[in-house]
Amino acid sequence: MGVIEATSPVERYVAQYEAFAGNGAGAAPAWLAELRRAAIGRFAALGFPTTRQEEWRFTSVEPIAETVFALAHGADGGEPSPREMLSLELCEARRHLVVFVNGRYSPALSAVAGLPPGVVIGSLAEGLRSDPQLLERYLGRHAVTELRPFAALNTAFLHDGGFVYVPARVVMEEPIQLLFVTVPGAAPIVSHPRCLVVVERLSRASVVETYAAPRGGVYWTNAVTEIVVGDGARVDYYRVQRESERAYHVATTHSVQGRDSTLSIHPVALGALLARHDIATVLDGENGLCTLNGLYVLGGRQHADHHTTIDHAKPHCESHEYFNGVLDGQSHGIFNGRIVVRPGAQRTDSKQTNNNLVLSEQARADSQPQLEIYADDVKCTHGATLGPIDEKAMFYLKSRGLSPAEARTLLTYGFGAEIIDRMGIAPLQAQLDRIIRHRLLGEAQAA
Amino acid sequence: MLEIRNLHAGVAGAEILRGIDLTVRAGEVHAIMGPNGSGKSTLAQVLAGHPGYEVTAGSVTYEGKDLLGLAPEERAREGVFLAFQYPVEIRGVTNAYFLRSALNAIRRQRGLEELDPVDFLAVLDEKLRAIGWDDSLMNRPVNDGFSGGEKKRNEILQMAVLEPKLAVLDETDSGLDIDALKTVAGAVNKLRRPDNATVVVTHYQRLLNYITPDFVHVLADGRIVKSGGKELAHELEARGYDWTREPAAVEA
Repeated sequence: MGVIEATSPVERYVAQYEAFAGNGAGAAPAWLAELRRAAIGRFAALGFPTTRQEEWRFTSVEPIAETVFALAHGADGGEPSPREMLSLELCEARRHLVVFVNGRYSPALSAVAGLPPGVVIGSLAEGLRSDPQLLERYLGRHAVTELRPFAALNTAFLHDGGFVYVPARVVMEEPIQLLFVTVPGAAPIVSHPRCLVVVERLSRASVVETYAAPRGGVYWTNAVTEIVVGDGARVDYYRVQRESERAYHVATTHSVQGRDSTLSIHPVALGALLARHDIATVLDGENGLCTLNGLYVLGGRQHADHHTTIDHAKPHCESHEYFNGVLDGQSHGIFNGRIVVRPGAQRTDSKQTNNNLVLSEQARADSQPQLEIYADDVKCTHGATLGPIDEKAMFYLKSRGLSPAEARTLLTYGFGAEIIDRMGIAPLQAQLDRIIRHRLLGEAQAA
Repeated sequence: MLEIRNLHAGVAGAEILRGIDLTVRAGEVHAIMGPNGSGKSTLAQVLAGHPGYEVTAGSVTYEGKDLLGLAPEERAREGVFLAFQYPVEIRGVTNAYFLRSALNAIRRQRGLEELDPVDFLAVLDEKLRAIGWDDSLMNRPVNDGFSGGEKKRNEILQMAVLEPKLAVLDETDSGLDIDALKTVAGAVNKLRRPDNATVVVTHYQRLLNYITPDFVHVLADGRIVKSGGKELAHELEARGYDWTREPAAVEA
């Protein structure tokens, strides 16, 4: 341990990478070994970001850099119990459930059945053995690592995660759940889950990615998900971050859409002490529709930073972005919404809203729209609100008989419900609804 | 039911109500009319307990209780209801959920059991049938994206479900077209009972073509300058408000 502590954080990860690569790293094909090698080089060059960088102005990752995390190797800390699993699984996804414990695929906890021909739902590690050509075609093609040290680090340690492949003209009726459970051992661990979701032309799928640690603990999840939406395809992607309240969670979601495609991304951040989620989506074919529907509910000393980029690369595309934040305690929520309209991307229609409900004096919200428009025939609107509970609404509810505490809870709940209502999977909505209600009532009772 | 005596109230040091006296008995409908700025809406808001207004003198007794000593939610649970001139949007909360929460708050006060969603729907269904409306507003977020008419209709819907003893309708007619006005007025009439009372605050006489008041009061500069029967509303419609402020008219 003494040797490791003497080195810088970046050197520590380079050494960790060398041990990982030298260990065979799952007997990787040459292209993957090269992808990882290039990525660690990039990470070493970029280093951990600092708050002097514009993109990281509000978020210090020092606690992540300073903590010594061992690379997770599956269920060292033991498997989650059936009861713990029950609170995390979506009953609707019972037949399409892929579970990972500490970043590694758990066949025992997973259940995949009834797949149409050609559909793959499973682990990336398995996919690398069974479909290396398919993975080579997509993996690492979309998640940009140039300016993203964490995505680069994830790629350097790319080994396992969720893999969903839906060939052309297949409608997946039941949602697919990729469930990442962390059961930390004695020492802090880091996992780098990598997911790839490819839905080919005219197909349809719903994917729910869940991150949770029912037993709490200090650990770090550094996740990357790439989503490829084919021409005329539709993907509804839900991401529920329920990490331990002492955990660190860094994530990059990168998607690219073909023409006439529809993508909805629903990121929900409820857990982690420090969370950073970068979402970047490219509308890379005409007539695409993208919806970003996000929610963060923070309390205590939680910090969550969402940086989104919607890149209108082609004309006639539409994007709708809604992010709501509820901030209590001494929490800090950051939203940065970048919209890029490329030259020639005419008739772009883009709407962005970010509303923050700041429930305590010590809580803080920062909201920053960033519009970069290089075409002239476009419609882009954005709006942000930050503030305490609306007194007019409080009086309205009280005038109907609700106590001040009930009125406050109802208004706060509504802030979350507005986002949850836009989702399309009833059991997931009910699950989130329960979590949020429980949190609000818990806080009301504590007050 | 309601006794207002020498009520003075205002906002940030500016006096708006300058001595209101008004008695409302069970079974009655009172109309309070007056030009813009006369204090009509202030009176409505003060009765509901809006925290922005300060009562500087006078008293309001409701069912033998000191109304001004009660918090807004306590007034509501005692049966006071204000139909807002500008209903507030509550995003993310459906009308059904909101109304059930409100009804349960009132039922608790009355010592009744709270309603679960299924029982609530039964109650709601009965109330809707009574006023002849459908449930199209119930599963939408409260007033969110509602048209002006829908918002006003929603206020009356709440009134139907919460069954107040004293309902104060603050400019419920403003922004309504004639059909919407008839719909809203029709519902208010169906909710009239010998044991409840309604105070209709309005600028125009036209609502009173559909809701027939027992008494009409004219408010000017924070005082009731004239009171009379329903025919007073017609006179106001014909002659405007100015004549009511002449000293002779006050004495008459």
